[in-house]
Amino acid sequence: MNSPLKWKFAFILAVLLVCIFGVIGVPTLPTSWAQVKDNLAKRIQLGLDLKGGSHLVLQVQLEEAIGQRCDEAVDDLTKQLHAKNIGAGEIRRVDDTHIMVRDVDSNASGGFGDLVSNQFTEWAMAPAAGEANGYLLTMKPSVVADLRQAAMNQTLETITRRINALGLTEPTIAFTGRSDDEILVQLPGVGDPTGAKSVIQAGGQLQLVRVADGPYPSEAEALAQHGGVLPAGTTIVPGKNESAVAGQPAGQVFYILDRAPIVTGQDLRSADANSSTEYPGQYEVDFKLSTAAAARFGPFTEAQAAIGGRMAVVLDRQVYEAATIQSRIEDSGRITGGFSQESAQNLALVLRAGALPASIKYLEERTVGPSLGADSIREGVRASVGSMIVVMIFLVFYYRLSGVNAVVALVLNLVILVAFLAYAGAVLTLPGIAGVILTIGMGVDSNVLVFERIREELRSGKVPAPAVDTGFDRAFLTIIDTHVTTVVSAIFLFLFGTGPVRGFAVTLVIGLIANVFTSIYVSRAIFDFHLSRMDRQAQLSI
Amino acid sequence: MELFHGVNVDWMGKAKYFVALSLLLLAVGWLSVYRTIVVKHSTLYGIDFRGGTLVYVRFAGKPPIDQIRKGLQQAGLPNSTIQGISDTRNISSQNDVVIGLEQAQGNESLDAGKQKILDVLHATFGTDSSGKPDFNSVTQPTLAADLTRKDSLLLGTNAGDRYNQLASRLTSARDTDHSGVVTSFDELKNVEGVTPAVISSLAGDYSLGNFAVRDAEIVGPKVGAQLRRQAFFATLYALGGMLVYIAFRFEWVYGAAAVIAVFHDVLITLGFFSLFHYEISLTVIAALLTLVGYSMNDTIVIFDRVRENLRLMRRESLTDIVNKSINQTLSRTILTSGLTFLTVLVLYVMGGEVLRAFSFAMVVGVVVGTYSSFGIAAPIVVLWNKYNGGQAATVRGRSAARIA
Repeated sequence: MNSPLKWKFAFILAVLLVCIFGVIGVPTLPTSWAQVKDNLAKRIQLGLDLKGGSHLVLQVQLEEAIGQRCDEAVDDLTKQLHAKNIGAGEIRRVDDTHIMVRDVDSNASGGFGDLVSNQFTEWAMAPAAGEANGYLLTMKPSVVADLRQAAMNQTLETITRRINALGLTEPTIAFTGRSDDEILVQLPGVGDPTGAKSVIQAGGQLQLVRVADGPYPSEAEALAQHGGVLPAGTTIVPGKNESAVAGQPAGQVFYILDRAPIVTGQDLRSADANSSTEYPGQYEVDFKLSTAAAARFGPFTEAQAAIGGRMAVVLDRQVYEAATIQSRIEDSGRITGGFSQESAQNLALVLRAGALPASIKYLEERTVGPSLGADSIREGVRASVGSMIVVMIFLVFYYRLSGVNAVVALVLNLVILVAFLAYAGAVLTLPGIAGVILTIGMGVDSNVLVFERIREELRSGKVPAPAVDTGFDRAFLTIIDTHVTTVVSAIFLFLFGTGPVRGFAVTLVIGLIANVFTSIYVSRAIFDFHLSRMDRQAQLSI
Repeated sequence: MELFHGVNVDWMGKAKYFVALSLLLLAVGWLSVYRTIVVKHSTLYGIDFRGGTLVYVRFAGKPPIDQIRKGLQQAGLPNSTIQGISDTRNISSQNDVVIGLEQAQGNESLDAGKQKILDVLHATFGTDSSGKPDFNSVTQPTLAADLTRKDSLLLGTNAGDRYNQLASRLTSARDTDHSGVVTSFDELKNVEGVTPAVISSLAGDYSLGNFAVRDAEIVGPKVGAQLRRQAFFATLYALGGMLVYIAFRFEWVYGAAAVIAVFHDVLITLGFFSLFHYEISLTVIAALLTLVGYSMNDTIVIFDRVRENLRLMRRESLTDIVNKSINQTLSRTILTSGLTFLTVLVLYVMGGEVLRAFSFAMVVGVVVGTYSSFGIAAPIVVLWNKYNGGQAATVRGRSAARIA
């Protein structure tokens, strides 16, 4: 063997060893067949379709977060105008991003303009069409975009915290990338996602609020008691207090509460589920407040206790408990409401993980049972191995010794592909297996192209060495053209496709690159080795 | 051994027959598409693109389809579809059933339909009269906890760990060896670490339900439309990318011819999909893209040879050169196509239900993709050249310059 050829084989051997090590040599060098299998299972990450588990796509209702900002601005503007003595007929939210202000005092329009441009910098002001002294405030597009982004990031973080608290293995929580308001949650091994879904979906907005009045059996009744107009700064919230109004089913009472809470979920220091001392068999969630919140809460409860005031525990716009404040409360409280152990634990978890900035809706839910995944792997692998064997037998039969050459190239191609999946931590999916099969097909094609070309050159009367030379050179251009075309299309698939299509594209690109290496470089080296040992005029076994 | 050596066929002379054959294949397939969509008001889309609910259930024996249908009707799901499919390992038995629901309208939560189906199944076939929990739906942690509590092996040290491992082996035996449905506890006696005491403890604590849910998919309407659009554009961009690359490497007419041929393949394959009642899913899109790549590959091999022969045979007409190129590469074409066809045929037969539609697309695609290279792509180049006489010279000049 001449020297350059030696280096070629050394390089090929090195690649082979690195690949085999990457697939079965990590994390521990195997000493038994079972360990080889174990390493393989650890190194090749399987997609949900092969491993089993739940796949959820959810949509964040971003308009809610934007609408909330709009409501806050309306409240703020009303206060500011009042403080500055600027009269306005009506300040109204038109939709999520527009506020209409009508009948501003004509002599105060300059002051109004200054106020908006100085203190409401998130809004653009324009005279409203068809209104004498009316103005339309529009939330600036950059502000809307920032709000959306912030709400998405906060939702992703909150869901991640909640799922981590559930203690599930290797969850994936990510943006889907196909629409800017969607989040993908993958939970391997979770066969029934119902529990996880409710934890993800729980709003988790806790408020402790002063009760102004109530409960009433209906909203209309609550309004009627106040002559049709609610007291300033209050709002009606439904409750699920069981015995507050006799004869009403649970959840059918209405309280009039202060709009501004005294304490919110952000003020919590801890939340834990405990069995209830009051109602045996039921569970409650006990929470502790942060020092800053306790400093507000203590004086408030003391003042309220003196006048017999009441306070409500509101969770996601629903009153869970409303009770008279007996004495000063420093930093602890509880939520009761007939919880089971599991629902109390989930609520405590949600409160600890923080609230969602907007509610979410599920768009897609796929659950693959472990048995189907196992069947798919077995059948996919069996079909791949079966077709490989058929193809290899044919290649050896048709091309004789050169066929062995092709078989070596094909096997090496597969080893490199699998090793890359292991090293890159890529996920093997069912369409990925399809990509492997196409790779085998293209690998066979490359070898056939070269061999047919060599045969042609031999027929035209060349001796083996130059025939092999020309055969590889001529086939090289074709192989590059076919491979680059397929890689180009696979790249587009990866960029614009979704989940399964992407898995297919990844395996295909890696497989094709490995294929160029094995069917040209490796196969050529083996031919050269063979030619260097045989007589120049001898027959080539092809 | 050598086959197809020294073939001399006038392929371009038969181009009009190829066109007729293609039109016939297109007509047959797309009449079926027309029938499905316009006459039957149905769709070719599978759940991924159409939206809806699909629950894939394995039964212990022959599935009681009438009973399922009655249960679903009573639960207020009269429009559900029930389809039996073959066991992937034992073709003769049909133990699997796919229950489908159309997209729910109105304000129902996304999984309302799935919950109703599961309720019906549990109510009809789930637990026996004993009221014991179903072993076929128990999860590994629950099973581990139960085994530890019973301690039927009287383990002293590490009992928790060892029962945990035993529970994993039991659930994995159930899922991988028995496809999720165990019909008798005796089937578990060969699992490592299982003693008669364990079997009798299991039999005492658990009942064996008649079914297991293997797969449940719910796709909302927004996602369906989104996936449709995305698959369409991904395919379009992929085709565009190939067109540009081939136009750059050859001539734009070669790129156009290759893309038209590939498009022809996709249309014919879709027609066959409708004809054989397969649905288009995300996996099928992957298959269509595979066949696009494959057909393109085949076309390029021929075009490459044409480009090479244009340099060598300056006196001959393009028609002769194309014929000769096809004949020269015929051996390779038939070998590669034959082997690929064999591969996808094995996949179709052995690959299981999940890969069935995928491998069907490939079986059809390999045949059509090979045929379109010489039957559609090559004649387009020749025809274009005929109507623009003299253009061949520039093709020759440019490619020669590039190769040299």
